[in-house]
Amino acid sequence: MTTQTTRETRNARSHPPRGGIASHVKRMKRSWQLYVLLAPATLLVLVFKYWPMYGAQIAFRNYNPADGFAGSPWVGLEHFSRFVTSFQFERLLANTLTVNALGLLIAFPVPIVLALIVNQLQSERFKKFAQTVLYSPSFISVVVVVGMIHLLFSPRSGIVNNALVALGSEPIFFMGSPDWFRPLYIGSDIWQNAGFSMIVYLAALTAIDPALHEAARVDGASKWQRIKHIDIPGILPVITILFILAIGNLFNLGFEKVLLMQTDLNLPTSEVIQTYVYKAGLQQAQFSYSAAIGLFNSLINLVLLLTFNWIARRAGQSSLW
Amino acid sequence: MFNTVAIGTLLVAIVAILYPLYFIVIASFSEPAEILNGNVWLWPRGFTTEGYSRIFADSTIWRGFANSVLYTALGTAISVISILCGAYALSRKDLYGRTFFMLLFIITMFIDGGLIARYLVVRDLGMLDTTWAVILPGAVGVWNLIIARAFFENNVPGELREAAQLDGANDFRFFFQIVLPLSKPLIFLMIMIHLVANWNAFFDALIYLDDESKYPLQLVLRNVLIQSEVTSSGGTAGLDSYAAAQRLGELIKYGMIVISSLPLLIILPFMQKHFTKGALLGAVKS
Repeated sequence: MTTQTTRETRNARSHPPRGGIASHVKRMKRSWQLYVLLAPATLLVLVFKYWPMYGAQIAFRNYNPADGFAGSPWVGLEHFSRFVTSFQFERLLANTLTVNALGLLIAFPVPIVLALIVNQLQSERFKKFAQTVLYSPSFISVVVVVGMIHLLFSPRSGIVNNALVALGSEPIFFMGSPDWFRPLYIGSDIWQNAGFSMIVYLAALTAIDPALHEAARVDGASKWQRIKHIDIPGILPVITILFILAIGNLFNLGFEKVLLMQTDLNLPTSEVIQTYVYKAGLQQAQFSYSAAIGLFNSLINLVLLLTFNWIARRAGQSSLW
Repeated sequence: MFNTVAIGTLLVAIVAILYPLYFIVIASFSEPAEILNGNVWLWPRGFTTEGYSRIFADSTIWRGFANSVLYTALGTAISVISILCGAYALSRKDLYGRTFFMLLFIITMFIDGGLIARYLVVRDLGMLDTTWAVILPGAVGVWNLIIARAFFENNVPGELREAAQLDGANDFRFFFQIVLPLSKPLIFLMIMIHLVANWNAFFDALIYLDDESKYPLQLVLRNVLIQSEVTSSGGTAGLDSYAAAQRLGELIKYGMIVISSLPLLIILPFMQKHFTKGALLGAVKS
């Protein structure tokens, strides 16, 4: 409401005041071409984002195609309680939380460390080379990365097991072992994405005033001291924001890759809420039940996002809003 | 001391990234038995291009490739056009209802109707098993829209528009003839982002497409690489034994990884500049 008023006053200042609904219509008419430009994006978002939001109400109904989203019979929280009390619930929740939280804790600092190191490089050419190499895996598709894991870690012919055998150990059936799912998932995630995330931190690092480094150098600060007292505080706002966003997505991260990495044998650790939604919903056509599970998942995400944003703001750090 | 540790860490990271990629390439040219026995480490052993000739002879892969080209071209065009046009309108401070429209887009970054509801919408629209299902649902990425809006806000001075208006240019004319030519770095960045994303996408195709003849390359790859469904020409038919099929299967997998990733890795050096710039834009905005 406040922004509305300020904009009105601003516009009133630049254009002679006319007042009334007629002037609104007039102003809209004058910039009709802007609305035409805006139309495709708006339409796509309305159809493919807002319509599904409206459709999410089937989580509280027993959806059947003939009656549609709003016509199917109302069942309240039945699907939610069915999920929460199901024997799957604890395992799904634990798996989702473990793989994503562990992934975040281990993978999040890597690009920051890489950026701090690359930023220190003297040679521009080496810097560029290192950057290109580090982020090149992010252009490879997830399907191919998972395919590579299957090949390289294959118990029969994979190079990793060849190396293990050469070192005198037994070959390991990596993709068929629940114990290896998390290390492989997180490790390959770092391998593929750390370099690309690094670029954002590098960009933030270049925004730091070189005079600070100059002054510190004159005062005899070592490289390590300058990183600690200039670079890290300098990129802390970016770190905070990316961390909040990552937390807000904690239950969504890399779901497509988890799905690809699943084998019948590693399901005890690899089945997460999202893959379960996919299977129950799209493969077994339990639309309402899995929509409820999906909603449960998004709700946790939203709560996490709000909580951490609140904490960051209270701590005097930059926050999303 | 610092330098040694830093450069050391970096070299380890570079090798850890490059070696698996290099190994895939040499393995795709090696006799599978040599890989099995652990003889392939630094260069191909028992050089062969049989894997590649099998891949090139396979119609499934070609069709997947052709589908991917179509989806990528069409999807990129739709995304880039709607994002550029929308972002420009949103960058105009005199757009009536600007706050409302911004909110409309930003809300979708935090609230999502979920996979199931989205699937049902696409089904209700009659788009299942059509090209549109692969292209349209994810066409507008709000994050990219915000980056583009920030670019227009920072790079199109208000005086320019006033001058153009005095000369009688309307909004369309100003956007297409003056703003867009000024925004080449942004356009290039957006095209690149969407090319890569569309080329690598598989999930929408997985859930919306049943007809295998419409599968994009990534789904064909998934079937071959991960689910080990042997491709039509690499199948047991026409091969002497199961062992031979197995042997070729491995070779085909290595080769397919190389072929499918090659187009993107070749254009990678050309994209470097633009991606760094894009990351910078994103960082400044956040």
